Amino acid sequence: MGAVGELVLETRGLTKDFRGFVAVGGVDLKVRRGTIHALIGPNGAGKTTVFNLLTKFIQPSSGAILYRGRDITRSRPADVARQGMVRSFQVSAVFPNLTVLENVRVALQRPLGTSFHFWKSDRSLQGLHGRALELLEQVDLATHRDTVAVELPYGRKRALELATTLALDPELLLLDEPTQGMGHEDVGRVVELIRKVAAQRTVLMVEHNLSVVADLCQTITVLQRGTILAEGPYAQVSTDPRVLEAYIGVPE
Amino acid sequence: MSVPGIQESRTAWRLGIITPGRKRAFFIAMGLLGLALPLAVYPVFLMNVLCMALFASAFNLLLGYTGLLSFGHAAFLGSAGYVTGHVLKAWGWPPEAGLLAGTLVATLLGLVIGGLAIRRSGIYFAMITLGFAQMLYFLAVQLPFTGGEDGLQGIPRGTLFGLVPLDRPLTLYYVVYAIFLLGFFVIYRTIHSPFGHVLRSIRENEPRALSLGYDVDRYKLVAFVISAGLSGLAGSTKALVLQFATLTDSHWHKSGEVVLMTLLGGMGTVMGPSVGALVVVTMDNYLSGVGDWVTVIIGSVFVVGVLAFRRGFVGEALHLARNFPF
Repeated sequence: MGAVGELVLETRGLTKDFRGFVAVGGVDLKVRRGTIHALIGPNGAGKTTVFNLLTKFIQPSSGAILYRGRDITRSRPADVARQGMVRSFQVSAVFPNLTVLENVRVALQRPLGTSFHFWKSDRSLQGLHGRALELLEQVDLATHRDTVAVELPYGRKRALELATTLALDPELLLLDEPTQGMGHEDVGRVVELIRKVAAQRTVLMVEHNLSVVADLCQTITVLQRGTILAEGPYAQVSTDPRVLEAYIGVPE
Repeated sequence: MSVPGIQESRTAWRLGIITPGRKRAFFIAMGLLGLALPLAVYPVFLMNVLCMALFASAFNLLLGYTGLLSFGHAAFLGSAGYVTGHVLKAWGWPPEAGLLAGTLVATLLGLVIGGLAIRRSGIYFAMITLGFAQMLYFLAVQLPFTGGEDGLQGIPRGTLFGLVPLDRPLTLYYVVYAIFLLGFFVIYRTIHSPFGHVLRSIRENEPRALSLGYDVDRYKLVAFVISAGLSGLAGSTKALVLQFATLTDSHWHKSGEVVLMTLLGGMGTVMGPSVGALVVVTMDNYLSGVGDWVTVIIGSVFVVGVLAFRRGFVGEALHLARNFPF
């Protein structure tokens, strides 16, 4: 772990061109260690595309991505995850027909190095249950350990997803709209949870809910039409006339 | 991908319908039944059922537990049968070497076909596997050693390990039964291994498995190769039992039939494919008197089966057991 405040993730001129449509154009993003950084912007601004580019789910047309100072522009998604940069998805991403405990356990089992061992009994995974329950405890799901994930209410699914992500002990957490589709109470819970887990890591999140962002994030990057419109703390960004115009269309 | 069978077996576990004790008792009962059956039922028929049950179970490892629909699995069944037939008949190899050779060739074919097919998913994956199976079918028609339309006839059974002559049907049955149990155990263990849990996570949500750091393509490939190898073992054993290897086992009909067996029995359940194989082989066998109508009857059974029992026979049985706690 490096010092707080140094760059953990950086993009230089990150561009994605879908056959002439520039979804992301020349984005220079700088995420500092130990911060909660938000990526906001109107629909279609390219937020999720940036996420997909960062986690290598799609390849950039040009530009570079540096993670902990290393160029990962051509890395594969699984490699990026193994280096400690783990993402969540816009729509809750659980393994629906696995139990809550199994969901987390799948994430924990890779470091055992037995994930290709098809001749070994799955009893060898039982040693992970303690750690899995600890993680579930953090998101108040320990009592639901044997529930099949598909049966959880939406907010709980997102909590499970977060526990699964934390199982990898990621250095950099990428959360794609963690409060999307949630009721008011669930939003409060998730915000507290993010604050809690961000104590030891860096978080980059896409978020629509501005009150969440105002409350939680030190730095905010506003995207519009694939380019950075403004950047800074909430107080500064929220009074920027260009941002206001992009969001509510205030006339000049 | 929704797999109704797996939901049922999951629920059955949770409700205590399946318990470790009951599972053990069930497997012991089935094992004993397998030992006793040839005394009452025609052994060659039973051996045919066992071969197809192994084939369908191997197929289910992909469809039910990895979420991959291969439409070319006949390639592995058929080519292993030809290889085993050829080395037994033309080269005079002992049966154990013949079985091994067929299985090995199918495994290597699985590595090549799987290696290319897993680059695509869904219908494209299915079509690539079908394409390869069609190419192999063409080779089977054209190559001299396969006997073309006539197939390989009169494959000698030989003497197992130089000790056990396989000409008595009952002896052969117990050998085939042992092969089936071995193959079934490999599949069962794979499903319930750390590897099997990763496969399930890929079936459930592939992008998520990827984002957790799993190279999903490599896991799919290993599953494909295991499935192909065991399908080959089934094909090799079948050639040894029936003493012939023909185009039937390489034809795309067989690739379709194995999908049918798996769905009918219950995909994503351990026993489903075997039950499906039993049903289909039985119909094939006992309805052969009605000629071409067999296809129509099997087709109708399939349509009705899938419409009425979406979970497959085993999945439905587990579902019913919910309402009758015992």
